[in-house]
Amino acid sequence: MFGIEAPSIWLAYLLCVLSTVLCVVYGIINWNRGRGEIKPEDKTWLEEEKEIEESL
Amino acid sequence: MLTYIIVVFYFGIIAFLGWKGYRTTTGALDYMVGGRKIHPYIMAMSYGATFISTSAIVGFGGAAGVFGMGLLWLTFLNIFFGIFLAFVVFGSRTRQMGHHLDAHTFPELLGIRYKSRFIQGFSGLVIFLFMPLYTAAVIIGAAKFLSAQFGIPYEVSLFGFSTIVAIYVIMGGLKGVMYTDAFQGSIMLLGMIFLIFFTYNRLGGVVPSHRALTDMGGLVPPPLRAGGHQGWTSMPSFGSPMWWTLVSTIIMGVGIGVLALPQLVVRFMTVRSKRELNRAVLIGGIFILMMTGVAFVVGSLTNVYFHRNIDNLEFVTVTTVTEAGEPVTSPPMLAAFAPDPAPGVEIRPSETSSIALLAANRDVDSIIPAYIRHGLPRWFGVVFMLTLLAAAMSTISSQFHAMGTSIGRDFYEKGLGRGRRRAYSSVLVTKAGIFLGIVLSVFLGYWLELTFGGTGMEIIARGTAIFFGLCASTFLAMYFGGLFTRRITRAGAIAGMMTGFFVSAFWLLFVHMAESRALRLSQYLFGRPSLLEGVRTGFIFWQEVDPLFVAFPLAVIVTIVVSLATRPLPREHLDYCFEGIG
Repeated sequence: MFGIEAPSIWLAYLLCVLSTVLCVVYGIINWNRGRGEIKPEDKTWLEEEKEIEESL
Repeated sequence: MLTYIIVVFYFGIIAFLGWKGYRTTTGALDYMVGGRKIHPYIMAMSYGATFISTSAIVGFGGAAGVFGMGLLWLTFLNIFFGIFLAFVVFGSRTRQMGHHLDAHTFPELLGIRYKSRFIQGFSGLVIFLFMPLYTAAVIIGAAKFLSAQFGIPYEVSLFGFSTIVAIYVIMGGLKGVMYTDAFQGSIMLLGMIFLIFFTYNRLGGVVPSHRALTDMGGLVPPPLRAGGHQGWTSMPSFGSPMWWTLVSTIIMGVGIGVLALPQLVVRFMTVRSKRELNRAVLIGGIFILMMTGVAFVVGSLTNVYFHRNIDNLEFVTVTTVTEAGEPVTSPPMLAAFAPDPAPGVEIRPSETSSIALLAANRDVDSIIPAYIRHGLPRWFGVVFMLTLLAAAMSTISSQFHAMGTSIGRDFYEKGLGRGRRRAYSSVLVTKAGIFLGIVLSVFLGYWLELTFGGTGMEIIARGTAIFFGLCASTFLAMYFGGLFTRRITRAGAIAGMMTGFFVSAFWLLFVHMAESRALRLSQYLFGRPSLLEGVRTGFIFWQEVDPLFVAFPLAVIVTIVVSLATRPLPREHLDYCFEGIG
C-alpha cells in the first residue's frame, strides 16, 4: 500500500490518515455540542489567570 | 536581500498583531472574560503553534531521516492520544475541575485535588528543573536551521536566536495573544503543505518516491545495520537496539508523554467550554498530521533526494590521519559539512553521493535544514525559516510561562509556603526563574551540541523524549486517577509520583546507555557505563529500554497498591472536587 511493502509501515501511514479522519468526523458531529453557560467560577478563574499572565 | 525583506515583513506583522493584542485586548482570556466568541480556527491554530515546534519538525524530522518511516507511529499516537484522547477524554474534565478548584497550573491542579502542598511543590520543581531540556531541544532546532540557512557557525546562530528569544520574552511574548499564535500556526501550516507537495512532486510522486526509498535498503551503513536498521520503509528488527530506541523512546516516550505535558493541561483550562474542545479536535487532527506526518515523511525521503542528486549537489570526502598515522577517509558528505581546511585534513570532491545521515556528516539535527537549504527553492528556505521561527517562538513562550509559574507559584509560594499570591517576592522569584530557565536552556543548547554533535545521536528528539517521558512517569498516574476516580489517596498519589520520578532518574543515570554513558556517573561509581550493560531477557535489551517503560508501569502499580492500603480523602473534599463532573 502507498508503494510501501512492510505492513508495519503502511499501517502506520494509514492509521495517521484514519485518525485524522476520526478527528474531523468527531469535530463535525460535535461542532455545536457541549456549549455550557459560563459560571461565576469560570469567570473568577479567567480573571485570575489574566492577572497571572500580566505578572509574567 | 529577499531574505531580509521577508524577515522584516514577518516581524512587522508579529509586532503589529502583538500591539493590536495589547491595544484591543484580544488575548484569549479577555475574550472569554467578556463572553465573546473566538473563531475556532484562531483557537485551534494557536494551540497547534504552541505544541509543534522546531523540535518536532527539525529534530524528529531528522530522526526520521535516520530511522525512516517507522516514526509515523509517533504521528499516529500524536493524533490519537495527543489530540483525540487528550481533548475528548481529558480536556473537558481538566477544564471543569481546574476552574472549580481555581487551579492555574498543572501542579496546582494536582496539589489541590490531593490536598497536598508537597505534590504541588515537588511537581513544580520537577517541571522547572527539567523543562529546560525540552526548551533547549527547541532552541537547537531553530539554531541548526539558521546556521544552515545563513551559512554561519552553530554557536553564532545559537546565541543570535537566544537573543531574539530574550527580546521576545522581555517585550511581553509570554502573554498569550491569540492572533499572533494563530498567525504563526497558519504560516506553519502553509509551509508544511508546500513542503510535502514539493517533495513528493520532485521525487516523482507518492508511490514512486516510497518505492525509491525502499530500493535504497542496501545502502544502510554497516553500523546502523548492525544496530537493527532494515531500511527506511521497514521497522528496525524486533528487539534490536534501534528498535528499542525507536519504539520505547521516540514513539512511546513522546506519544504517551504528551498526555501529561504541563502546558497542554493548562491549555485545556483556558477554553470557554466543551464545545471549543470538540471543535479543536477537528482542526488539531489535521494540523498535527500536516506538521509531524509531513516532517517524518519528508525526513525519510531526504535519503532519496541526497542519494539521487549527485549532479546538483557538491559531495566531498574528508581524509584525516589518525594518531597511529593511518589515513581515514570519511563517506561522502555535503561540502557544507566538511571541516575547514587544515594541515593533515584533505578534502576531495566525491563522485558518489550519500544517504541523509552521512550527507549531513552524522549530524541528525542538520538533515532537515540541509534538505531545505539545498533541495528546495531559495525563496522557500526563507518562508520555511519563518515557519520554524514561528514554531519555535510560540512553543518557547509557553515553556517559559510554565517554568515561571512552576518555580514561583508552585514551588516557592505553595511548596515552600513562602510569599503570598501577588506578593512582590513571589513575582520576583517567577521572573528570576524565567531568566534562569533561559540561561539554562541556552547553556544546554550549547553543551549538548558540543558533547553529542556529529556523533549520529538525535539530540533534539532524545532531549524532548526525556522530558515527555519524565512527565508521563511522574504525573500521568495521579493525573488520570485524580480526574476519573475518587479512590486514589493522597499517599497513593505521592508514592506513585515519587516512584515515577526516581525510577526514571535512576534509569537515566545508571541503566539507559544513551544517557548513562554520557553522564559517566555509573562508570565512576560502578566501573561500567550501564548497570545492565549487555543484559538481555528474551527480546528485552535492558540497556536500550527507555525509562518510561519501567517507571510508568511501576508508578501506576504503586499508586494503586498504596491507595488500596490507605484511607481515601474526606468525602466532602471529593464531592467538592467532582461537583458537576460526576
